[in-house]
Amino acid sequence: MDFILQRYRNLTVLLVVVTAQLVLLAYQVKSGQDVRLLRVWSVTAVTPIATVVEVVRGATIGFFQDYFVLLNAREENRGLKQELGRLKLENQFLKTELSTADRARSLAAFQQRTPSRTLAARIIANTTGANAKVVFVDRGTTSGVQPGMAVVTPDGIAGKVISVYPTASQVMLITDASFAAGVTSGKHRVQGTLKGQGHGTLIVDYVPSELKVEVGEKFFTSGDDRIFPKGLPVGEVKVVRPGRIFKEIFLAPSGFAQGLEEVLIVLQGVHQVLPGVRPDQVPYHILPAPPDDPNATSASTITESQRTEADRLKEHYRRLGEAQGVRFGEAGRIPDFNATVNAVRKQPPAEPPAPPQSQPPPSQQ
Amino acid sequence: MSELGGRLIGDHHPKSPIYRFRPVIFILIPLAAILFQVYISRFFEVLSYLDMPLLVTVYFALMRRSPIVGLFLGAGIGLVQDSLSHQPLGMFGIVKTLVGYFCATVSLRFDVGNSGIRFLLAFFFYFFHQLMYWVLLRALLGQAGDFDPRRELVVALLNAFVALPLFRLLDKLKDRA
Repeated sequence: MDFILQRYRNLTVLLVVVTAQLVLLAYQVKSGQDVRLLRVWSVTAVTPIATVVEVVRGATIGFFQDYFVLLNAREENRGLKQELGRLKLENQFLKTELSTADRARSLAAFQQRTPSRTLAARIIANTTGANAKVVFVDRGTTSGVQPGMAVVTPDGIAGKVISVYPTASQVMLITDASFAAGVTSGKHRVQGTLKGQGHGTLIVDYVPSELKVEVGEKFFTSGDDRIFPKGLPVGEVKVVRPGRIFKEIFLAPSGFAQGLEEVLIVLQGVHQVLPGVRPDQVPYHILPAPPDDPNATSASTITESQRTEADRLKEHYRRLGEAQGVRFGEAGRIPDFNATVNAVRKQPPAEPPAPPQSQPPPSQQ
Repeated sequence: MSELGGRLIGDHHPKSPIYRFRPVIFILIPLAAILFQVYISRFFEVLSYLDMPLLVTVYFALMRRSPIVGLFLGAGIGLVQDSLSHQPLGMFGIVKTLVGYFCATVSLRFDVGNSGIRFLLAFFFYFFHQLMYWVLLRALLGQAGDFDPRRELVVALLNAFVALPLFRLLDKLKDRA
């Protein structure tokens, strides 16, 4: 045995390492649990460096932009009068400021406008998954981020948080092939399931062929998925094709209109009214909802002839529980189902809750 | 055997050199490669086709010429890569373990200083890596995955071209044993 292990030492180590990783993989798939410790170590090691690099990059670009703007203005200033030059420089400076602050401003404006409570975050890195559209943002559990939270931009939804770490979170973008969300069209109120495809176009699935969807129509979140608040823009229909059962609807996402560098994480979502035509503003007459029918049979007015055996048994157990002072659906004593209601009522009031086996039944006393 | 064949399989080196690196190099270079993959590709999408962690695994496995070192290095880099992805841990780990092991095994037969050999090995192991990852994705996780052989061959060529200057750069860090 030792000879074989020595002779095939490399192969043995390979088999051990691969098997160990297979077991690790199988454990995660089978239990649905993550080996979080290793991930936390890696993310905590990598994301601070990425954040520093991002800050240095932003500062460097800002410095060079300012430098070239000033250099350009100075050259122009040589051929112009001093006053005109000063105004041009000021104008140029303001334009630069406006363009650089545009995204941040729109983000802040949206943050004030939206009823949902949001948290601004910056995308700092991609993940390593092959073909995955998943990114890291610089906010984590210390900022109150939790898995499953929606990620939006002022122009629409961007993705959802799939895992969180102390200083960073992973966000699956809406273009990822495994992304899905509930959506509704703005004009015809058609409901469907938004799916990513791994590239720039989204698809809305499960829309029956007989329903009407037009090119150019906008889709909004429906709120059914319990991740995205209702009423957030999703995208605009670019192509609609009839299918055998369901339509093929392709959307251009609206959330990435201004690039994707800063996003908002929805900490506490508030559903909104879908934009478009409200039911009370449709251009045709709609009757009010019919009044309640006084002759309608409700569940509580079932006659004795309509009762089933199950109804009688349920009623019997309910009365037994009431007689013994037991409330169903709450933890505590279990009623004696073998007793009759009359026998129970003749007994003195129930004693404090105790395990049934510790107290002998009254008939044996 | 022709002279060229002899040079390629390292016959002119009766005892092929084994290169050593300072331990810190084994940490910093893979970390830099992973940072490159998660950060630089955000701004230059075309660079997302470069698999720097894989190229670094191939390089160190080739130069160390030890299958055990190669497979542990591959496993380490792969697991860190896994932990930064949203897949279960072990996918990149297993594939890069195999790449590290086979690279080091192959390096015992070839002259790993030869640019042609380096190009071919980088090309082959990129394709092998992508194929194995796709197979594992289907077999172990039941996911469809995305594997277009023609596209992968082109990307493997791109990675192989990048591997040549990268390996030359990394050569400057080695200490001959």
